[in-house]
Formats: sequence, structure tokens, C-alpha cells
Amino acid sequence: MLEVRNLHVEVEGQKILRGLDLKVHPGEVAAIMGPNGSGKSTLSYVIAGREDYEVTDGEVLLDGENVLEMDPEERAAKGLFLAFQYPVEIPGVATMTFLKASVNAQRKSRGEPELSTPDFMRHVKQGAERLEVNPDMLKRPLNVGFSGGEKKRMEILQMALLEPRYGLLDETDSGLDIDALRIVSNGVNALRAANRGFLVITHYQRLLDYIKPDVVHIMSKGRIIKSGDAALALELEKNGYRDYVADAAA
Amino acid sequence: MPAVQDTVDQVKAIDVSEYKYGFVTEIEAERAPKGLSEDIVRFISSKKEEPAWLTEWRLEAYRRWITMESPDWSRVKHPPIDYQDLHYFSAPKGTAGPKSLDEVDPELLRTYEKLGIPLREQEILAGVEPTNRVAVDAVFDSVSVATTFKAELAKSGVVFCPISEAVHTHPELVKKYLGSVVPVTDNYFATLNSAVFSDGSFVYIPPGVRCPMELSTYFRINDTKTGQFERTLIIADKGSYVSYLEGCTAPMRDENQLHAAVVELVALEDAEIKYSTVQNWYPGDAEGKGGIYNFVTKRGDCREARAKISWTQVETGSAITWKYPSCILRGDDSRGEFYSIAISNGMQQVDSGTKMVHLGKNTTSRIISKGIAAGKSDNTYRGLVSAHRKATNARNFTNCDSLLIGEHCGAHTVPYIEAKTSTAVFEHEATTSKISEDQLFYCRQRGLSGEEATALIVNGFVRDVLQQLPMEFAVEAQKLIAISLEGSVG
Repeated sequence: MLEVRNLHVEVEGQKILRGLDLKVHPGEVAAIMGPNGSGKSTLSYVIAGREDYEVTDGEVLLDGENVLEMDPEERAAKGLFLAFQYPVEIPGVATMTFLKASVNAQRKSRGEPELSTPDFMRHVKQGAERLEVNPDMLKRPLNVGFSGGEKKRMEILQMALLEPRYGLLDETDSGLDIDALRIVSNGVNALRAANRGFLVITHYQRLLDYIKPDVVHIMSKGRIIKSGDAALALELEKNGYRDYVADAAA
Repeated sequence: MPAVQDTVDQVKAIDVSEYKYGFVTEIEAERAPKGLSEDIVRFISSKKEEPAWLTEWRLEAYRRWITMESPDWSRVKHPPIDYQDLHYFSAPKGTAGPKSLDEVDPELLRTYEKLGIPLREQEILAGVEPTNRVAVDAVFDSVSVATTFKAELAKSGVVFCPISEAVHTHPELVKKYLGSVVPVTDNYFATLNSAVFSDGSFVYIPPGVRCPMELSTYFRINDTKTGQFERTLIIADKGSYVSYLEGCTAPMRDENQLHAAVVELVALEDAEIKYSTVQNWYPGDAEGKGGIYNFVTKRGDCREARAKISWTQVETGSAITWKYPSCILRGDDSRGEFYSIAISNGMQQVDSGTKMVHLGKNTTSRIISKGIAAGKSDNTYRGLVSAHRKATNARNFTNCDSLLIGEHCGAHTVPYIEAKTSTAVFEHEATTSKISEDQLFYCRQRGLSGEEATALIVNGFVRDVLQQLPMEFAVEAQKLIAISLEGSVG
């Protein structure tokens, strides 16, 4: 289980998360929705281990083990994957090279043998087909000159190859047209499994039409203020955040 | 390319953050007494049993040198060098004269084995020729200790031997070409080299011959308080081709050691020379103590029509690097290329670049320079592109990128462009960037360590240049890049 307990986080002295509690069980898709500035992206960065965030209190437990003391690469090897809202460009590094380097780095750190090149290529090819990633893209430098949709598909392809225990999707739907949204969602759905959980961060109900959540959490001002099932997202879509945020403040 | 794919493995395979080639070979050396004078110049010349013209040539250089001053225009700082406190000649005992490998001191053979330099010619097994054969000339302090594949090269008429030997076996070629690209009076260090040069390689490729294997020279400075002044001369006759590799290392010593080499390339009509360097001299320790002063003059002359000279260099070592491999584009339609990766870390200082001097019509040149600065180092690209009044339709493309790692290093770009013909077209692009926290975090989130991520990003940054290197060198260069940047993250 991925569990966040009483998490308090500051950035440059400003409180962003204020005692956040959250559980994602294996096999579960949990959605987090919330207005701009509620701290959703901060949560995903802190779980993944980005520096510049000061954790002043609380824990993030992966199967009972606190990950906050671990380096980002260690967390990755333990099975935490973050699909970035803004995937980063790495000029000069062919996408295929990067994919192979990541997969093998994680395998090595778990003490597993490296994948042979033919096995690896087969994996990539299967994943690429599902996500309608053009094989030529794999030869290009990672994310350089990719469209918004291509970048997001590449994030999901990486997730498919790395087979994480928990996938954090940070506004994966932003910047996607309806076709790309469908492709990306299908890619995520194909990865749903009994031993894998997802934390899906989004502004919009739209994504949740494609990736059906088991739980929906509403986040405001650095805390979860309401939780419910998929119906909560629909309700939210109709009424907006205002009612919930006002309730929480009252 | 596969070499890039292997980067991460190579980084992982490296477990020392130290200079790997810093050992000293315990071998008895025969040295000239310290200091520089006409007598020392004569001593060096007589050690090599040189003809009178060459002794006189050296003496003229020496007389010129004592009237000159050390250049001060580059962005490097060092205390004044006491030229009287150096040995100008040091040779492992018993290496006088050319020898077969069986006669070479086993201690020397072990040294090269340790450095990974093959001095044994690979046997041809069951009639299958190995594909990647490289002929090696091994220069240890002031002398060449072994040259491999000489006999086989001679079959195609290629001459590959120590220059001290060529003086005797091919005096007409040496006399005709020595100093014809870098004149004796060229600059302070080149003039010093002309007076005291010790050994280096001589290559002659006859007309129409494509050299059947890569040629390489491996330079090793071993002795203490010793300068190395090698001299390399490569002549590619009409329509010939040669690819030549140069590698260098030195032990870790507290003192600064002077390396002032001269390399001259001559490409005649339709000839092509590809010259690659992986320079890994000892860079000094983290506080800047010790290390090699690498003050080198390298120049190629595209002397006739359609000649082509290409320099590729990976510079990772030396406390100070001062070198500008250049091309004189004299022949019409000749072409010069310069591909460079210069990496500095710790307290290293690099002032390096190239000169493309367009003299002939329709001459073209291309410069791709990648500077990477980490630690507290300073990394300057200095380049000249000029077109003579008669160099109609001269073309140059320059791309000069700098990458900064950390907060305490510096990168500078100093381009000089002079066009005396209105038909010249010179393009210059330059960028400076930093490895961003975003990039590092992204890679680490995918499971790469900070150092693996840096190596991967740097390799991406230098990819255009690495692709120019022969395969064996590209792999070597990648390892070096990783080692050079160790400790620069975090």
C-alpha cells in the first residue's frame, strides 16, 4: 500500500501541504481532484523525491517503509513512477537509449539481471504499438520536438516498460486532444493490475471517463477535504469546487 | 550509436574517482642535465645522431627562443615556468636505437599493458584477419620505445616510425616538410619544441594509398621534472587517406609538468587526414596541485586542391590546456574540420579552439565545439575563422556550445572572424546551458543515479562530436568523460 500520513510540506517558507492523509491500495485507482494551487503537483513531486520541497512533518510509506529518506532513484527502483505533467527534454540522448538505461538501472538496483537487447526491443515494440508511438520517435532525442500528445504517450510507454508498483499521473490529460486522451487512457488501463495502484491527479472529470477511478479525493489548501466513489467526480463536474472548498473552510 | 548506449554500464563499471593512469614506472632513466642551453640542444641532437642540418635547425630555434616571451593573451593563469629547472631529455636506459619488441625492457611492456595499449601485434589466426587492428608507436618520455606493424605497413608503402628514425631513413621527406606547417618562429612553445623536440611519430602515405589500418601514437610522460616535447609529422601524398589517433597519460605528481608538442600535417592534392586525440594527461588534484601544462601547437596544411584535414579531440586532462588545432586551407576546394569536446573539472583551465584560415577558392570548414565545465574550472573556446582576399566563396559553419555543471565554473566563447572577400559566408552559432535540476530529477525518477544521469546528459550533449571518433576511441572517450565528471554532481 502507498500511504501518506499527516504530510506537511513547505516551499520557500510557504506551506503547501497541511497534514495530508491518503491511502492507495494495490489494484486501486485513486483520483485526486482539486482547484489550482491546492498542492496536487507538490504531492506527486514529494512522493517521487524532488528536492526543493521541505517536509516539515509526516510520512510517505510504501508497504510500510518510509520513502522520504530515499533518493529519487531508490524510490523509482522500489516501484514509484511519476508521469510528469511537463516531460523534460534530453537533447542528444536517443529515446531508446534512455528507455534502456532506465529499465536496466532499476533492474540492477533490484539485483535483477539486465534485459537482453532483443527482449528489451520486443517489450518496447509492444508498448509502442499500443500507444501508437511511431518507431521513428524512439530514435529521436527524448522529448525534443515532441508534440504535447507525443510527450504524454512517451510517459505512459515508460511506465509500461518500468512496471511500477504505483503510478502517479500528474495531469496527464493536460494538453491532450480527445484522440490522444483515449490512447493514453487505454495505455493506462492496460496496466491496471491487482498488484498495481494509481494516483491520478487531474483538474477534470473528462479523464475519469476513460480511466475509471475506484476512489475520488478532493483536495484543497493542502489537504484532502472529501473522499467518495466515482460519482463524486461527476458531482464535482456539475457543481464546481466552490461548495466543497467552502464546506471545508466552515 | 551503440557506444552511447553503453554509457551507463561504463559509468557503473568505474569505481575509482581517481586518475586511473597515475602510476609511476620504476625504470632507470638516462637524462640530460637540468636546464636549457646550446649545449643541451647539441646533447639531444647527438643522442639521436642527427645530421648537421638538423642540429643547426635546432640551434637556430633555440637562439630565436631566448629572444621570445611567453604568450599572455589566453585566459589561463600559472606561475612563471622555470625553464632551467627542467630536464629536456629523459630516456629509459637501453632504448637507444630502433629495436624489436623482444629487446624492449619488460617493465615498459608492462606499463603499456597496464595502460591498455597493445604493443604485441595480434596474430592472424587461421587466416582470419582481425578487423580492428591499430598500429601503435609508443613514446615514453623522450623516446619511442616500440612501433608495431611497421613491416606490414611497409608492404603498402606506408612509412610509420619514430621521427628520430625517419631522420635517418627518409631524410629527404623530413627535410622537406619539417617546420613547413609550423615554422620554427611560429610561437614561443613551438619554437622551444623546435629546439629540443625529442621524439614523436612520422607518417608518410604514398600517392593513392589508403592506409590499411589506423595509426596511433601513445604518449606517456613518466619521469619527474621532465618536459615532453614531441614532434609529429604526417604527410599524406596525392589521393591518399590516413586516420591517426593520439593518446596521452602521465603519472600523478605534485609538480607541474610541461608538455609542449608540435604536430604538423600536410595533405596534398585529394588527400585526406583524419587526426583524433584523446588527451588524458594528469589534471592535478582537486586543489589544483600538480598536473600537466599542455601547451601544444597543432596545425594542418591542405596544401593542394581538394585536400581535407579533420581534427577531432576529446580533452579531459591537463592542469592547463592551451591548444588550437588549425587548418590552413591553401588548396582550392580544400576542407577543414574541427570537432572538439573539452571537459574541465576541479581547478583545470582550458583555453582551446581552432583556426580555419581560408586561402584558396571554394574552401569550406566546419567547427563543432562542445565545452563542459564542472567544479571550479574555467573553459574557454577561442577560434579564428578568416578568409583571404583570394578565398572566394569560402564557407564556414561554427557551432560552439557550452555546458555548465554546478555554480563555480566558467565557460567563455571568444570567436574571431575576419573576411577579406565579400563572397565569404561564415555562420556562427553559440549556446551556453546548464544541466537543469529538471533534467536530473527526471532521469533520477526513472532510476538513474545522479552521476549516471549527468553522464547520460553530457553524452547527449557531445554526441555530434563522439560520432566523429573511430569506434574504439569513442568508447574510451565516453569512459573518460564519465571519470572526468565524477564528483561534479551533488
